[in-house]
Amino acid sequence: MTSSAYALELKDLRKSFGKTEIIRGANLAVKPGERVAIIGPNGAGKSTLFNLISGRFGPSSGGIVLNGKNIENLSPFEISRMGLARSFQVSNLFTRLSVFENLRCGVLWSQGYKYSFWKFLSKLHDANERAEQLMKMIKLDKKRDTLAMNLTYAEQRALEIGITIAGGAEVVLLDEPTAGMSKSETRRFIELIREVTVGKTLLTVEHDMGVVFGLADKIAVLVYGEVIAFDVPDAVRANAKVQEAYLGSVLADQQAAEAGVH
Amino acid sequence: MSTTVTTPTPAAVPAPTTPASRFSFAPLNVGRFVVWGLFTLVLAVAPLIFTSSLSITMLSQMGIAIVACLSFNMLLGQGGMLSFGHAVYTGLATFVAIHVLNAIGGGLPIPVSLVPLVGGVAGMLFAVVLGFVTTKKAGTPFAMITLGIGELVFAMSLMIPEFFGGEGGVQANRVVGKAVLGITFGPQIQVYYLLAIYTLICTAAMFAFTQTPLGRMLNAVRDNPERVEFIGYSTQRVRYIAFIIAGFFAGIAGGMYALNFEIATAEVVGAARSGPYLLFTFLGGATFFFGPIIGAILMVVAFVLLSEFTKAWLLYLGLIFLFMVMYAPGGIASLIMMNLRVAAYGKLRRLWGSYLALAGTVLVMLAGAAAMIEMVYHLQLNAALGPNLRFIGVPLNAEGLDSWVGAAFVTVVGLAMFEATRRVFARQWGEIQGEIEHEIRRKEAL
Repeated sequence: MTSSAYALELKDLRKSFGKTEIIRGANLAVKPGERVAIIGPNGAGKSTLFNLISGRFGPSSGGIVLNGKNIENLSPFEISRMGLARSFQVSNLFTRLSVFENLRCGVLWSQGYKYSFWKFLSKLHDANERAEQLMKMIKLDKKRDTLAMNLTYAEQRALEIGITIAGGAEVVLLDEPTAGMSKSETRRFIELIREVTVGKTLLTVEHDMGVVFGLADKIAVLVYGEVIAFDVPDAVRANAKVQEAYLGSVLADQQAAEAGVH
Repeated sequence: MSTTVTTPTPAAVPAPTTPASRFSFAPLNVGRFVVWGLFTLVLAVAPLIFTSSLSITMLSQMGIAIVACLSFNMLLGQGGMLSFGHAVYTGLATFVAIHVLNAIGGGLPIPVSLVPLVGGVAGMLFAVVLGFVTTKKAGTPFAMITLGIGELVFAMSLMIPEFFGGEGGVQANRVVGKAVLGITFGPQIQVYYLLAIYTLICTAAMFAFTQTPLGRMLNAVRDNPERVEFIGYSTQRVRYIAFIIAGFFAGIAGGMYALNFEIATAEVVGAARSGPYLLFTFLGGATFFFGPIIGAILMVVAFVLLSEFTKAWLLYLGLIFLFMVMYAPGGIASLIMMNLRVAAYGKLRRLWGSYLALAGTVLVMLAGAAAMIEMVYHLQLNAALGPNLRFIGVPLNAEGLDSWVGAAFVTVVGLAMFEATRRVFARQWGEIQGEIEHEIRRKEAL
């Protein structure tokens, strides 16, 4: 297999809902192993962009290339099998299954078990070991047999990440992984994300600027459906266009808020 | 005290030595052997205890119903697919099995004991064809399509008398072919044991299915179809394969039916048959594997005994169903499991009083309501016999004010007492659940 220079490429991607164009020609090229944070004002189309990449919606036009292969017309499960996984902004779990079962479901396809009904789950040692290992990684090993719906909010967020990385995908999209968490929870959680996604190509949507500048190698700024800047954090911070469109106001707000505290 | 590790809890005992031993769960498997052993024993011994011909007939029907309801629950409880047309697969398989039985009589070299398996293959093939359309959708559209296909097949059954036999149906004789070891399947007891073997094997196979990758993914599709698509599985494919497997077991039940009754009429594919599968699977409890077994037994009891006992049996059934949906949506199985949990924490003793009170008040309420229902039925159906009837030993006059006022009074008093005890019980239950939760948290903290 020829490895392309980029893990994920968006080529003039467009998406309209009715007459409203939400994504208006987005371009992005992410190298393997890069950690990219996608920021932008509300309604810029960040979640829509993730939904397009992961196959939840089909784009109106343009291309999405994963490791050199076009995926814009594939369904979510086909894209998932090609090594792209995503998490959701609102936890999307198997509510009536235990933590362990949730993770094992995430593991099964990648271990090649597909739709088999002639093997017992308890005999699938590789899948079981992987699920156990994941459970330790996301620090839910004490909750092994708790149903997902009975977990606390923070635990559900952790399980969400666990299911996402379970299949061993090389490209991981995290949609606001820390949404709704307190400051201290967020800090711990970012540390966890960093641990479990070592060596992966990571794209996150994030609102907390502290997190963004801490976690990402590069930042993509999405404004009104276009990527107006894609660079290392310092360069993005200094970018005049970004200042004008978005970051300036956010930073000013944050500074003002901090000044108010002091 | 509560924070020290002085008392070893059961959860802490199996130390993870090697991964292999961690997953095999030795204690659980012992319990499993006991349960399956008991199930086998009950199937084997039941006709020796209940020896009348009525009870053997009923036991045979229970076996058929168990397989049918379990296969139905593969869709409902495990896959979240609400089917209104499950009788299509049991029923069509019954017709195929009847025709095969007749062909055996004509010299087809298939042992009669394999007729249910033929039904299974037929059910599976019908599920391959019809299920392809049905499982394209989930949720409400799925339910609607099953309803549509059910009506369609029922309508066809009257259009194609060559296969469905028209109004009279198709008959067959199971005492055909060569008798193996002197077993002719003439006597009902021989048929019972054959059906019992099928019931045991099918139950075991369907339980095994729940322990496989596809079985677990079917649960995942039930809980959250959207997420399943993002972990590599096509929900449509999962539903389709599960539907075919459910069709196979439904077909076996249909073949068992053919052997037992030796007749197939148009109604076996109709809504009158599909409805009870849904109703009794729900009553038994769709959330646990064994729930439909309870439901199936109740189904046969209701159809055979309750219908003998009173003409208003469908009305009572509707009332019971209504109560279950409102107060115990998990069915009888979940009631059992919830009480087992309470018992496991040694707190069931505190509830006995409430349970007795609840049962007593329900009986009072039921007696009053049933008296009125029976009087209405008596007036409508047995008017020629005069207004007097006896209900559980009490002489009633369906046209007399006394009887009506009395019955209404008993009902209202029963209802009031029931509501009062229900409130006390609900508070007690809440307390106990709170204590159990607390205890679980304490154990987790250790």
